[in-house]
Amino acid sequence: MTNIAIHTDTQTALCDYVLHLADTNLILGQRICEWCGHGPILEQDIALSNIGLDLLGQTRSLYQYAAALLGEGKTEDDLAFLRSERQFKNLLLSEQPNGDFGYTIVRQFLYEAYQQLLLEELKKSSNEQLAAIAEKSLIETNYHYKWSAEWVIRLGDGTEESKNRIQKSINEIWTYSGEMFIPTADEQLLTSIGIIPDLASLKDAWMQKVTAVFAEATLNVPEEMYMQRGGKTGVHTEHLGYMLAEMQYLQRQYPGQTW
Amino acid sequence: MTEEQIWALLESVPDPEVPVLSVVDLGVVRGVSTSLRRTKQSDLSDSQEVTITITPTYSGCPAMDMISMGIRMALIEAGIKNVQIVQQLSPAWTTDWMSEAGKQKLKEYGIAPPLSNTIVDELFGEDHKIQCPQCNSMNTELVSQFGSTSCKALYRCLDCKEPFDYFKCHR
Repeated sequence: MTNIAIHTDTQTALCDYVLHLADTNLILGQRICEWCGHGPILEQDIALSNIGLDLLGQTRSLYQYAAALLGEGKTEDDLAFLRSERQFKNLLLSEQPNGDFGYTIVRQFLYEAYQQLLLEELKKSSNEQLAAIAEKSLIETNYHYKWSAEWVIRLGDGTEESKNRIQKSINEIWTYSGEMFIPTADEQLLTSIGIIPDLASLKDAWMQKVTAVFAEATLNVPEEMYMQRGGKTGVHTEHLGYMLAEMQYLQRQYPGQTW
Repeated sequence: MTEEQIWALLESVPDPEVPVLSVVDLGVVRGVSTSLRRTKQSDLSDSQEVTITITPTYSGCPAMDMISMGIRMALIEAGIKNVQIVQQLSPAWTTDWMSEAGKQKLKEYGIAPPLSNTIVDELFGEDHKIQCPQCNSMNTELVSQFGSTSCKALYRCLDCKEPFDYFKCHR
């Protein structure tokens, strides 16, 4: 009996974790696609949508896997369109509104720096499907990281206006950056059986990356502050509900509707 | 049909975004296998079942559904009704799998073919020089790392002044 109980717990934790990864990518992808047609210049407008598309593609692989784990005929679309706010497990960072271009860049940079480190470790996961998705996603993430880090440096080491604005964005968003490294009980369980890395152990490497880029950008790393958390367990900021209302409207209003 | 014949048939299935390339040139087809099986008790003979393993280029590439459909249609037209298309993520697709013939076709089409390496881990690292597919000049510059599709970057030639797409090295 004990064995079965452990097995079920692990399965639930794994599924929730895959949903957490998928939800974060979906929400961030949706956010940056809001820039489509509004980018500061055409090339960067296209870059944002391209990155959004990669994130949505990675989301699909993850939702397909989560749907297979859940069984009961669930599909990737059910997971994206028919879950409510409290069921979404995305990082709070990913749902924050776009703000100006600088705010969007900082949000992206902090996330991609984390993704690079996380995916590098997930490639070695004892779970083959997660490892395969990580291997595939990492190649794309490397481009996203480079793009966002270069923009942090251009804006930080740019004009007085761009520097002040991006520093203000960093100071505002920083409180959402700690959640990535605070494991939930599910994540601790998965770490103990070698499926995911110890998240707290990624923090030093992440801080090094971020500090190096901020230094080159002549920007300051904020002082230690209280870190918001809750996204991973379904407790969100006020922004997610509005996003889901827009994103899910069609499937809620016309269930099963297809193109 | 033998596996060799199926590979040859797949060489006629174009990539929907870059139609000069076949799905085989692109390196998307990772495996072909055939088996015989009787699908219904009433069938008088075994019918051939073909399994094609494909791998996505970029995770979000919208062409993948079209590619699956194109492969299925080509096989059905060749008389094979039982077609299984299996998607495989690992090992991850790389432009190293693009055939030499494919690279040549890309260039003739006006897209600079992928180089075998890239400098993605160095911030502001200039990529290796990309040759202009129009005038062959090496005097070109990157306009944007992200272009008209996931797989391309936008360049411009400083000699003939033409903008052009570069099929990004992906590895």
